[in-house]
Amino acid sequence: MVLRLEARREPSTLMVFASPAIAVVTTLVVGAALFTLLGYDGIGAVMKIFVEPLFNPYRWQDLLVKAAPLAMIALGLSIGFRANVWNIGAEGQYVVGGLAGTGVALLTYEMSGYWILPAMILAGILGGMAYAAVPAVLKTRFSVNEILSSLMLNYVALQLLYYLTRGPWKDPEGFNFPQTVLFTDWQTLPKVVPGTLIHLGVPIAGVLALVIWFLVVRTVAGFQMRVFGMAPMAARYGGFQESRTVWTAMLIGGGLAGLAGVLEAAGPFGQMTPGFPTGYGYTAIIVAFLGRLHPFGILMAALVLALTYVGGESAQTAIRLPSAAVGVFQAMMLFFLLAADVLVRYRVVNRTTARSQRVSSEPATRNTERAA
Amino acid sequence: MNAAILVSILMTVAAAATPLLLAALGELVVEKSGVLNLGVEGMMLIGAVTAFAVSVTTGSPALGAIASMVTAAAASGIFAALTLGLASNQVATGLALTIFGTGISALAGAPYVGITTTRLGPIFPDALADDPYWRLIFGHSPLVYIALLMTLAVWWFLKHSRSGLILRAVGESDDAAHSIGYPVLKVRALAILFGGAMAGLAGSFYSLVVTPMWAERLTAGRGWIAIALVVFASWRPGRLAAGAYLFGAVITLELQAKAAGLSALAPEFMSSLPYLATIAVLVMISAGRRSIKNAAPACLGKPFRASA
Amino acid sequence: MLPRIELLGITKRFPGVLANDAISFAVQPGEIHALLGENGAGKSTLVKIIYGVLQADSGQITFDGREAQVGSPREARALGIGMVFQHFSLFEAMTVLENIALGMDHPPARRQLEAEVRRVLDSYNLALDPHRDVHTLSVGERQRIEIVRALLQKPKLLIMDEPTSVLTPQEVEELFKTLRQLASEGCSILYISHKLEEIKALCDRATIMRGGRVVATCDPAKETARSMAEMMIGGNLKDIEGRDGRTVGQVRFTVENLSVPGEPPFGTSLNDISFEVSAGEIFGIAGVAGNGQNELLAALSGEQRRGMRGRIVIDGRDITDTGVTGRRRAGLSSVPEERNGHAAVPGMSLAENAILSARTRKALAAKGLLRRSAAREFASSVISAFSVKATGARGMAGSLSGGNLQKYVMGREIMQEPAVLLVAQPTWGVDAGAASFIRQAMVDLAASGSAIVLISQDLDELLALSDRIAVINEGHLSAAMDIATVSIEELGLLMGGVHGKKKPASAAPAEGITHHGA
Repeated sequence: MVLRLEARREPSTLMVFASPAIAVVTTLVVGAALFTLLGYDGIGAVMKIFVEPLFNPYRWQDLLVKAAPLAMIALGLSIGFRANVWNIGAEGQYVVGGLAGTGVALLTYEMSGYWILPAMILAGILGGMAYAAVPAVLKTRFSVNEILSSLMLNYVALQLLYYLTRGPWKDPEGFNFPQTVLFTDWQTLPKVVPGTLIHLGVPIAGVLALVIWFLVVRTVAGFQMRVFGMAPMAARYGGFQESRTVWTAMLIGGGLAGLAGVLEAAGPFGQMTPGFPTGYGYTAIIVAFLGRLHPFGILMAALVLALTYVGGESAQTAIRLPSAAVGVFQAMMLFFLLAADVLVRYRVVNRTTARSQRVSSEPATRNTERAA
Repeated sequence: MNAAILVSILMTVAAAATPLLLAALGELVVEKSGVLNLGVEGMMLIGAVTAFAVSVTTGSPALGAIASMVTAAAASGIFAALTLGLASNQVATGLALTIFGTGISALAGAPYVGITTTRLGPIFPDALADDPYWRLIFGHSPLVYIALLMTLAVWWFLKHSRSGLILRAVGESDDAAHSIGYPVLKVRALAILFGGAMAGLAGSFYSLVVTPMWAERLTAGRGWIAIALVVFASWRPGRLAAGAYLFGAVITLELQAKAAGLSALAPEFMSSLPYLATIAVLVMISAGRRSIKNAAPACLGKPFRASA
Repeated sequence: MLPRIELLGITKRFPGVLANDAISFAVQPGEIHALLGENGAGKSTLVKIIYGVLQADSGQITFDGREAQVGSPREARALGIGMVFQHFSLFEAMTVLENIALGMDHPPARRQLEAEVRRVLDSYNLALDPHRDVHTLSVGERQRIEIVRALLQKPKLLIMDEPTSVLTPQEVEELFKTLRQLASEGCSILYISHKLEEIKALCDRATIMRGGRVVATCDPAKETARSMAEMMIGGNLKDIEGRDGRTVGQVRFTVENLSVPGEPPFGTSLNDISFEVSAGEIFGIAGVAGNGQNELLAALSGEQRRGMRGRIVIDGRDITDTGVTGRRRAGLSSVPEERNGHAAVPGMSLAENAILSARTRKALAAKGLLRRSAAREFASSVISAFSVKATGARGMAGSLSGGNLQKYVMGREIMQEPAVLLVAQPTWGVDAGAASFIRQAMVDLAASGSAIVLISQDLDELLALSDRIAVINEGHLSAAMDIATVSIEELGLLMGGVHGKKKPASAAPAEGITHHGA
C-alpha cells in the first residue's frame, strides 16, 4: 500500500471544519509524547492543560476572560489575513491601545463620571489604529513589507511601555515599582456577572464576532477583502483599490487589538505595568488560523487557546511544567493545523487502488457542447 | 588611547554584525530558491539554546556551535516538510516556526538560566592580537571570519557554480525548472536546511560570544532584522555584508550610548533604535528604487506543486 | 525501417478525467508528424508522457526499436528526445547562455558552450544574442533559445508544442525552414498544433485526437482544413451568422494619445495610442504576445492608471480620470485574457463572481451591502442565456471547464449591455464549440449597437470578426486598416515591428497562413 496525495477538484467542506479538530487532537497526542520524552509528566500535562479546566466550573470564568482579548485581536487580524495583509503587529497595537487608555485614565484620575470609561476605550481603539496606521502608510506609500514593519513596531511599543512606566507615568507612591497608579472605579471595566471575573469585554467579543461576520459576508467592503485574498488581479478588475484594502485591514486589526489592550488594562490589570504584554498579539495569530478566519470559528479557537493559558498556569504549580510549555503547545497546534489543511485541498489515496476511480464523462461531453 | 577606543568600537561592530550576517546569508539562499522562511528568529533561538547547552555539558563551545547548526536545521526541516511536502502557506508556517522556536528554546533552556559557559573567544594566539591594530584583524571569534568567508562562498556559489545557477532557476520559475527536469522541491529543501543551519549558527553567537549565557528570547528580534537585511541587500551577498555591518554600527551606537550614559535620550529610545533603523532602511530601499521588484526572485513565497 | 518512436496503448488518468485512452501511433525517422486536436483533447498530456514529465498509467513506448522507460526529462534527453514547450520554460532574469546551460544535462564550460551555441545559430541561420537577458527578447527570439537548447543535444526526435501560436507569419516561415532542414537531416519532428493550414503546409502525416483518444490518421496534404477540423471536433463546423450586413453607426469609443509607463520589472510601456470605434463595429488589435496588449486592456479598463496620459471618451463622456467602477458605470465592460484569477475568482461562486464586475450596472450591491439573491438571479440568467455548464449560481467558478468559464465571463459582461466591450483572447484555450458560441455572441452584441475592441493573437479570428484592424508592437499601435483591403503580409510585418525589419528579406508570401473564415 502506498499512500499519496491527490488534488481534489473542489476544496472539501468537511475538511474545512475537520482539520482544526484534527490539529487539536494531534497536538494533545504528540504533545503528551513529546513532554514525556523531555522528562515531564506528558499525559499529566495534557490533562491539566486541556481537560481539567473544562470540568472545573470555577475555571470557566478564567477561560472567558482570557478568550475575550484573544478573540477580539484574532477577529481583527482575520480581516487582514483574508486579504493577504499580514499584520503581525497586533502585540504592539495591543500595548499602544492599553497605553492610550491608560493615558486617558491618568488625565481623568481626579474626575468622576460615566463618560470616563468610554473615553478610555475610544482612546484605546484610536491608539491601536494609529499604531497600525504606520505599517499601512509604509505599505501603501513606499511598498514596505507590512510583516517586517509591523513586527519591528512590536519591539518599539515594548520600549515605549517601559519608558512610560519607569518614567513619566510611574506611580509616585508606588515604592519605585515601574507601574502606574491603580485605576479608579470610574476607570474600571464593570463585571457583567456579579461575583465573577467576567467583565464587559466578554460580551463585547461575542458582539464583535457578529459584526465582523456581517462585514465579511454581507458588505461590499468584506467582499473586497475576500477577493483580494483569493485573487488580487481580479480585485483590481472588480474596481477595488489595493491601498484601500490595506488600510481597512490594518485599521480594523489595529483598532480591535487596541480595544483588547484597553479592556485588559481597565479590566484584569486595573493599571499599566511592564508585565502588560502577555503575548496575546502573537497567540491571536494562531487563534485566527485555528478559527479558519471565520468569526464564529475564532470564538471557538479563542476558547481552545485560552485553555492553554488557564491550564498552563495550573500545570505550572501542580506538576512543575515550565510556563514555556504553553508556547510549545500553541505552536504545535498551528503546525498541525497547517499540516492538516492539506486535506482540504488534497485527499490521501492508496496508489494501488487509485486507478479504479470513477471517470467523469467530461471529455466526451465537451465536444457535444457546441452552440445550439 | 583614542585608537584603542576606536578599535574596541570597531570590534563591537563586527561582533554585532556577525550574527545578522550569518542568519541573513542563510535566508538569502532560501529566498533565492523561491521560499520565504519567516522562522529565522525561532531557528536562531533554537540554535542559541542548543549551543549553550552543549557547551555547558561538554565544555566545548566549538561543539556547541556545531550542534546549534544541527538542531536549527532540524527545525527548518519541519518548515520544509510543511511548506514543500504539504504546500502550506509559507508566511503562516514561518510564523509558526518562530513561535515554536521561542517556546521550545525557553522550555529547553529553563535549567540553564543564570549560569555561564566558556566564551567562544578569539582563535589566533594572543601575541598576534596584542597590538590594537592587529587585534582588529586577529582578535575576533572564529564566527566573525566564518561569516565573512561564507559571504564570499555564497556569492561564488550563486554567481559561478552550476548548483547555484539551478537554485536561482528554481527561484525564478519553478514551473520552468520542473519542466526541464530539475527537482524543485529537493533544491528548495536543501536551501531551507542550509538557511536553518546558518540561523542556528547565528543564534549560537549570542549565547557563546556576545554573552556566554542563556536567557529567554535572547535574540530579541534580530532574526527579523536579518530578514529585512536580505531585502535591503536586494538579494546580493556583497551588499548583505555591508548592510550587516551598517546595522552592527547602529547596535554598537546603542550599546555605547547606554554604557556611557551619554545619551540625552531615554535608554528605551536607544533600545528601539535597531528596529526603527530597520524600518527606515526598508523605506529608503523601497522608495529609492523601483527595481526592487526586479531583484526579488520571481517565485518568492509561492507554493509549488507539480502540475499535471 | 524501424519507426523512430512508437506508442502502444498509452493511458493516463487524472482525478475525474481520462486524459489519454490507449493512444497508439508511430513516427518515422525524418518525418514531420502532426498531433492535432482541440484544447483538452489530451495532446499536452501525451507529449509530457513522451518527454518524461508525466508517467503513463499503462502502455508502452518504443524508441528506435527498443522499449523505453522515460522516467524524467533527463532520461528523455538521454534517449535523444528534445522538446520546445508552448509556455517556454525560460528564466526571465537570466541570460540566453544561462538559460541554455540550464537546459543541458552536462553543459560544457561557458566559453565552449558559447562557441557551440554560435555554431548552431549559424548552421540553422537563427538570429540570437547569447548574452542578452531573456526578458529583453521578443517571443520569436525566446522560442529560438528553446530550439537551440534542444538542438545542442542533437535530438533524434524534436517535440514542438503549439510553436506558432505566438509568432508572426514571417517568424512562422523562418521556423518552418529550420524544421524542414532538421527533418532532412533525419530528425523526426512531432508537431503539436490546432492550426490546420500550417499542418497542411508542413507535415507529412497527422494523428488526430479527440476526448483523449486517437480518432483518425491522415495525410494533411490530401485533406482540406475543414475536413480536418471536423475530424478534430467530431461534428460539423458552424459558421458565424450576421457577420456581414452590420451597419456601423456613430463613434462610441475614442482613445487619444494614450501613454502609460510599463510596470516593473518587465512591463511594456504604451506609447501614444489613438483609435476610435463606432457603434456596431468590431475593432481588432493584432500583435505578438507581450507587446503591450495586457497593458492596453488594463489602461482602458481603468485597472492601471498610474502615470497615464491621454484621453479616453465613451459616448462623448470623458472617462480618463475615472477608475474601473466609474468606467463600468459609463458603459465600459472588459474581459481580460486570463480567466482564472483575473476575470473571475476561482474560489468564489458564480453569483459572487457576478458581483465582482456587475454590481454597479446590475445593482447587485446597494449602500455598501451585497444583494445576494439579486446576484444569484443574474448569475442564473447568464448561465442559461449562454448555456454555461455549471451546477448553478452557487457553483464554484474554479470547477468550470475553461470554455464554460469563458462563456460565463463573456455572458456576464455582455448581459450588462455595455456601450463598449474590451476583450482579450476571448477564445484562448477553449474548445471549438465554446469558441464559436463566444464569437457569435460578440457579433450579436455589435449588431445590437455596441462598440467592441477585440485584442487577439489569432489572426484568423481577427480577420473573421473585425471590421477594421490595427497592430500593436512594443506598445505602439499602427494605423487602423480596413479588413477588406489588408494583407496578411502587411499585418505580419507590422507585428514583427523592429524585430521583423532586422531580418534578411523574408517577406516572401507566408504560405502557411491564409485567410479563411472558419
